Amino acid sequence: MKGKKNALSWFGTIGFSIMGVIYILPILIVLMNSFKKKVFINKEPFLLASAKTFTGIENYITAINKYELLSAVGWTVFITVGSVLVILVCTSMCAWYITRITTRFTKLLYLLCVFSMVVPFQMVMFTLSLVADRTGLRTPWGIIIIYLGFGAGLAVFMFCGFVKSIPLEIEEAAMIDGCTPLRTFFSVVLPIMKPTYISVGILETMWIWNDFLLPYLVLDLNKYKTISIAVQYMKGSYGRVDMGAIMAALILAVIPVIVFYLACQKHIIKGVAAGAVKG
Amino acid sequence: MEKAIKRYMPIFVLPTFCAFILGFIIPFLMGIWLSFCKFTTVTDAKFVGISNYIDALNDTVFRHSFWYTVLFAIISLLVINVLAFALAMALTQKLRGTNIFRTIFFMPNLIGGIVLGYIWQLIFNGILEKYQTALGLNEWYGFWGLIILVSWQQIGYMMIIYIAGLQSIPGDVMEAAQIDGANRWQRLWKVTIPMMMPSITICMFLSVTNGFKLFDQNLSLTAGEPSKMSEMMALNIFNTFYGRTGWEGVGQAKAVLFFILVVLIGVLQLRSTRSKEVQQ
Repeated sequence: MKGKKNALSWFGTIGFSIMGVIYILPILIVLMNSFKKKVFINKEPFLLASAKTFTGIENYITAINKYELLSAVGWTVFITVGSVLVILVCTSMCAWYITRITTRFTKLLYLLCVFSMVVPFQMVMFTLSLVADRTGLRTPWGIIIIYLGFGAGLAVFMFCGFVKSIPLEIEEAAMIDGCTPLRTFFSVVLPIMKPTYISVGILETMWIWNDFLLPYLVLDLNKYKTISIAVQYMKGSYGRVDMGAIMAALILAVIPVIVFYLACQKHIIKGVAAGAVKG
Repeated sequence: MEKAIKRYMPIFVLPTFCAFILGFIIPFLMGIWLSFCKFTTVTDAKFVGISNYIDALNDTVFRHSFWYTVLFAIISLLVINVLAFALAMALTQKLRGTNIFRTIFFMPNLIGGIVLGYIWQLIFNGILEKYQTALGLNEWYGFWGLIILVSWQQIGYMMIIYIAGLQSIPGDVMEAAQIDGANRWQRLWKVTIPMMMPSITICMFLSVTNGFKLFDQNLSLTAGEPSKMSEMMALNIFNTFYGRTGWEGVGQAKAVLFFILVVLIGVLQLRSTRSKEVQQ
């Protein structure tokens, strides 16, 4: 009986291994093609590079030099890190306040935040880009404010859910001992909420890093591009499309994501599960 | 204590509140107002009543994109949830290396829609080339391409939610069913699935709304080729705004219709699946 179960388990493991390889095959194919000369990519995408088709890292050099991919990566990192930090600090403070103080204003604000979560971006995209234009927010610094505004809904909602579960007594004790509300928040509430910070931070990071349309419409594209925008520009400018450079760009876009994923895989998977249960 | 906190209102609430007004409330209200106007920039907006909505509903391409999107949402919902559920069931068994498999299946989810679209475009075109055709030549190639793409992207995500759900089923319930003589199939249908209803609700809700709001992948994989036939609603709205001068008002009207549709689907769906949830 035990032997049979063991065999079955091995069978399952082997089956999943094959599936796993098939699952990452698309990325491997792109990786393989990124080392081929551009004319051979469309013709024979599934063949390994041969001596005739191999070009080394030339595609990567083109992508970086001609299409300024490194600066796109830099701006994406800047926008993502900046926005996520600002969102975490501002929305958690806001969520704490509107859960602890019940007035008509805070109730309304909470409802509006929940409401904003269901509104599709297409509804506000045109007017949002107008607002950004008028207020001079078309820079990577300005877009952080836009992300705070548009991403506030989900973050406030998730933080509120957690604040409700914190017993009031802890905060009261701190305040009686003479803490100001600010000090109470930063040295008592914030440490308790650490898991929620990680969950929200990961969800927002995944969203902002990969977002295309919002930065595409808001940013001044002559000066700043994110990775998604840079890739779309390489392909979108019809005429001569440099497939080699695109393959290299795709790989350069995927590498940071995979590194980030492998580094904090546990938190990501927990964050997703937690976010979904509350959402 | 409340009084003390209230004095700090500007520090706690104002930054988020102002950004929220700027980034959501103003664009939203302006969007509703502009859907009743004809304009190219906001300064020349002229009230025209509901004529934008009539134009939007008479637009055959928009109507086509609606049905295309509905079909897409239904099929992607089924494919993603059935496969994700099966994977979650398999990966909660005692197998060697389940953690590695979870890691692998989840990974595509972190890659951006634009990048995903171009990865798969290479692969689909490479396959279709063998049959002397291409992705941009038939709207159904694009359709099934998108189904494969979003399944690849989202199965891992839904799987994680299902795994969390499966692990929260108390072991004694399953044991009781086993002692009462329920076979595997009965345990799945009578115990596991009813107990999993909260997770199923969430996953179905997420995959339907994701299906309706799909934009990046659509833009990068087919960009609506052939001649806007594989355009989904979000992309159609985008193209109405930025591809046709003088049609901005119609674009905004379409966006309002789209918004109402998404909210409606969300509410209906949550209601119908919530009613099937069992008390735990």
